[in-house]
Amino acid sequence: MKPDRALLLHLAVIAALFAMQYVLPAYHQGNLARILVLATFATGYNILFGYTGLLSLGHALFFAAGMYGAGMTMRFLDWPALAAFPAGIVAATLLAGMIGALALRTTGVAFMIVTLMFAQAGYLTILYFNEFTRGDEGFVIVQATRNILGFDLSNDDVRFVAAWLIFSVGLLVALAVVRSRMGRVLVAIRENEERTRMLGFDPFPYKLSAVALSGAYAGAAGAAYALLFGSVGASFASIQYSIEPLLFVLLGGTGVVLGPLVGAIVIFYLIEYAREVTTAYLIVVGVALVLLILFARKGVLGSLRRRTDGWLP
Amino acid sequence: MTLLSARNLVKDFGGLRAVNVEAFDLPAGEIRAVIGPNGAGKTTFVSLLCGRLPPSSGTIRFEDTDITRLPAHERVARGIAYTFQITSIYPNLSLLDNVMLPAQRRASLNGTADAAARAAEALERVGLTDRAQEMAGVQAYGHQRLLEVAMGLALSPKLLILDEPTQGLAEGEIETFIALIRDVAQDATVLLIEHNMSVVMALAERITVMNFGEVLAEGTPDEIRANTDVQTAYLGG
Repeated sequence: MKPDRALLLHLAVIAALFAMQYVLPAYHQGNLARILVLATFATGYNILFGYTGLLSLGHALFFAAGMYGAGMTMRFLDWPALAAFPAGIVAATLLAGMIGALALRTTGVAFMIVTLMFAQAGYLTILYFNEFTRGDEGFVIVQATRNILGFDLSNDDVRFVAAWLIFSVGLLVALAVVRSRMGRVLVAIRENEERTRMLGFDPFPYKLSAVALSGAYAGAAGAAYALLFGSVGASFASIQYSIEPLLFVLLGGTGVVLGPLVGAIVIFYLIEYAREVTTAYLIVVGVALVLLILFARKGVLGSLRRRTDGWLP
Repeated sequence: MTLLSARNLVKDFGGLRAVNVEAFDLPAGEIRAVIGPNGAGKTTFVSLLCGRLPPSSGTIRFEDTDITRLPAHERVARGIAYTFQITSIYPNLSLLDNVMLPAQRRASLNGTADAAARAAEALERVGLTDRAQEMAGVQAYGHQRLLEVAMGLALSPKLLILDEPTQGLAEGEIETFIALIRDVAQDATVLLIEHNMSVVMALAERITVMNFGEVLAEGTPDEIRANTDVQTAYLGG
């Protein structure tokens, strides 16, 4: 049997990420944990945007739904972290399914606007119920409750491994999805929806599944963020968190499974170093995007894929 | 046996009545050509049949079932395949992946696991097997047209609707194409919109002539050739 080199590559990346905890100094290890959580968010977003061709500007809401789904059940219902984490995923997936069912009545720019409006409405709703959500200043999840099966998630090493685990599962699931029958249909919808319909596929359930699945990723990332870093707040539902996964995907490579990871690492450190130089650090991100559009429109890995016969999934 | 029939089928675009067909019957196993001057409503008419457009009024029956309200993808599931006038393929996918999609759809509808075999057979029938791994978008126009037909064939349709399939093909390619459609017609009914009269005369058992959205005449190629209304519509009165 021919070795599955795509699978091997992804496993190698996962192994290399794991090894990073022994190589990196503590400060960068903490950064990488944060990057991996955000990359998980963007990996799901890539299924929707990169593979299905649907550009959502509202995924911050699903990230926040995961965050609040975990945070609120812990705060008000005293759920253990082990139950709160899936609660966050379920909350985000259901919300994404409902909003998707409505927003998918539109396409193109209208889809962007509708998802953006839902997310803004959600953001304002979190602030409106400030009494319960502590939306404006956020709330902290008590450190003692942030443990799963005896592992203290606030511990740097445990936190890194937890973030790595979530990202790894997310990456392998994404790889399986895009190489599955469903993945082929998603790409077909992106490439030519009308043609796909005339080949006997109803695009709607496929698109809705892509929205819900990307919502589940956003929820997992949001819940993980709450558990690993202990903070929950409305700012995570703001437009910035809808734009970030889009940037990661664009920079790393749309429609490449590993793209969001590369994008997340590059942009995170770009902002990190730009911040030391200037307060107008976003201008550096802007310049990077302009350069990207001029010289590597398919993103870092997207451009690389064109040189490798397209075997990179 | 009638495979497909339409009654009082009307499509209005604002104030324009693009299609107004009182009666259209297509027997199973026939190769039927639809001809008519530009703007006669041919593409709109077959778009109503395959479900790309909803009719303003009227009924369509397929295998004695009313399909007027069925969405396009469900009509495809029942055996109606449509190939586009303007080549509509997936340019960034390989030829094999292009035919894999409809092959998978048919396999899952039939509950069989023969998608790969179906896809290979569809490419074989149009003679594109050698190029299976190449990208569709870089193929010559003639090959893209053949791929378009192969995508229809991979669905194993009962009715294959071809919208101007030979448009833009070279003479030699048209010969191959005529042989292909004869082969397809062994086990499927073919409805063909076509401008090239030599293709129509070579293939069609019956011809429906449309003008201003209505059926002007219908008959065998010889009857149509002799019909003075048709001559007037084409040559001007």
